[in-house]
Amino acid sequence: MLLTKEEVEHIAKLARLNLSDEEKERYREQLSSILEHVTRLQSLDTEDVAPLTSVLAKEMPLREDIPLEGLSLKEVMKNAPDVRANQFKVPPILDGADE
Amino acid sequence: MSNFLELSLAEMRNGLKNRTFSSREVTEFFLNRIDEKDGELKAFLSLAPEKALNKSEEADKRFAKGGDDLPALLGIPLAVKDVLAVEGMPATAGSKILEGFEPSYTSTAVSKLIDAGMIVVGKTNTDEFAMGSSTENSAYFTSRNPWDISRAPGGSSGGSAASVASQMVPIALGSDTGGSVRQPAAFCGVTGIKPTYGRVSRYGLIAYGSSLDSVGVLGRSAADVAELFKVMAGKDPLDATSLDKPVPKINLNGSTNLKGMKIGVPKEYFVEGIQAEVEEKVREAIQQFENLGAEIHEVQLPHTEYAVPVYYLIAPAEASANLARFDGVRYGLRNENDDVIEMVKESRGAGFGEEVKRRIMLGTYALSSGYYDAYYGQAQKVRTLIQNDFLEVYKKVDMIAAPVAPTTAFKIGMHTDDPLAMYLEDVYTLPANLAGVPGLAFPVGFDQDKLPVGMQLMGRHFEEEKLFHAVHAYQNSTEWHTMTPSG
Repeated sequence: MLLTKEEVEHIAKLARLNLSDEEKERYREQLSSILEHVTRLQSLDTEDVAPLTSVLAKEMPLREDIPLEGLSLKEVMKNAPDVRANQFKVPPILDGADE
Repeated sequence: MSNFLELSLAEMRNGLKNRTFSSREVTEFFLNRIDEKDGELKAFLSLAPEKALNKSEEADKRFAKGGDDLPALLGIPLAVKDVLAVEGMPATAGSKILEGFEPSYTSTAVSKLIDAGMIVVGKTNTDEFAMGSSTENSAYFTSRNPWDISRAPGGSSGGSAASVASQMVPIALGSDTGGSVRQPAAFCGVTGIKPTYGRVSRYGLIAYGSSLDSVGVLGRSAADVAELFKVMAGKDPLDATSLDKPVPKINLNGSTNLKGMKIGVPKEYFVEGIQAEVEEKVREAIQQFENLGAEIHEVQLPHTEYAVPVYYLIAPAEASANLARFDGVRYGLRNENDDVIEMVKESRGAGFGEEVKRRIMLGTYALSSGYYDAYYGQAQKVRTLIQNDFLEVYKKVDMIAAPVAPTTAFKIGMHTDDPLAMYLEDVYTLPANLAGVPGLAFPVGFDQDKLPVGMQLMGRHFEEEKLFHAVHAYQNSTEWHTMTPSG
């Protein structure tokens, strides 16, 4: 199989996903099978081919630097899970996180 | 009393304008149909009947006043796929991670239709974050195909397709990233447009693959679908990828003359694995186009076989970036934890379904250090080759005729164990998204199980008008699009 359990755990960590052991094994099999299929792209000679970084537009459109009205504070906070003093409350970020 | 089920949008507009019937009557009629049928079909995730009736009464007041400047689609009901933001209504993207979420603004595409007078009656079911081909990946429930309720309506715009096929609404919005408007249109026997990339604003469309996503329309005919396309298309300052191209007038006047039109038939789309009746009906339709005066040429799209690997690297890669915002901090599901990183991992692990997690993992891997060039980088280059295939063919023909899916609607539950097998069935729809070209799907017959067969015409960038003309001509000389599950 293309992927090891450790590689699957590494990807899950990068993607910030908590997975059960059973999920890890299932994804290991399925992702390995999908990756084996996509490897066929390597057989194509693309040395002189530019990547398609933009579908059609060749330039980034700009606008005048004029401030526009945004959403009200009430609207922004209305879907928030935990609000204190008009701020999004989260667990501490600086103390304890080891990654 | 008019039978609203038999009216085209143009006829509905005339009836409302001439006050033969009211918007309230029309809206009530369709809300009743939703009441009758949606228990079984499960096309809708949320409904707004009271708001809709209020809006219909406002529309009627406007009709009473009269005048020459009545909005083009005033008083006509619309269903919207639940990946498009509509203020005051939920937007779940078919996911538990957005359960209870209500956007504070309306997507541009829907705004334009509301400005044109349309009435949003509800949000339709979708595979989670538009990832899937059947609505089986919706975190809420699976929608049913009105032609056979043991079968999928297709996806990811399966709810919208089912709502139009069963006439719970006259017309609906969807989105198409890898075929998600065209494939359910084919499975449900309705007409669906995937516009050129950049033609319709993506502002307010919950992003899946930003270089592939497109807002589309599903309706009962090319003429109806074109009505909404005309209103929605156009540059939007809120979407930097929307292009400044003039929107064509598109006058479909009942013509059946396709003299001068050149249609290409790509041999790579008619290979082993396609259901015999699908090929048969598609080829019969191509013959009909020839009968109407079009020239048929055999063409080649040599990189078609690479569409699946290219798409299933680029789309998941873009999705892994787009879905990074769902972290439980500012909105959406949060599973509390004293450690902030654990909180994020727990929330995402619990809130996302299996297919979504699979694609996020695939995309994360393809973009990760050491693998980026071999996977994502290579896929982007092959994508150029795929787009070039189309540009080359369009030097010789105006549009390409092809099947939409290798089979008709499959039974619910058939594919759940083998994601790769599911991905391989997207082979006919993915190329249009990769190349950014428009595609119009429409019904061309039935198989022996009485399941609809659809086909598509794919055109040059920004030439949706030619596609609408061709399908309109076909629909003026055939009756597949008028058929309904009840008879």
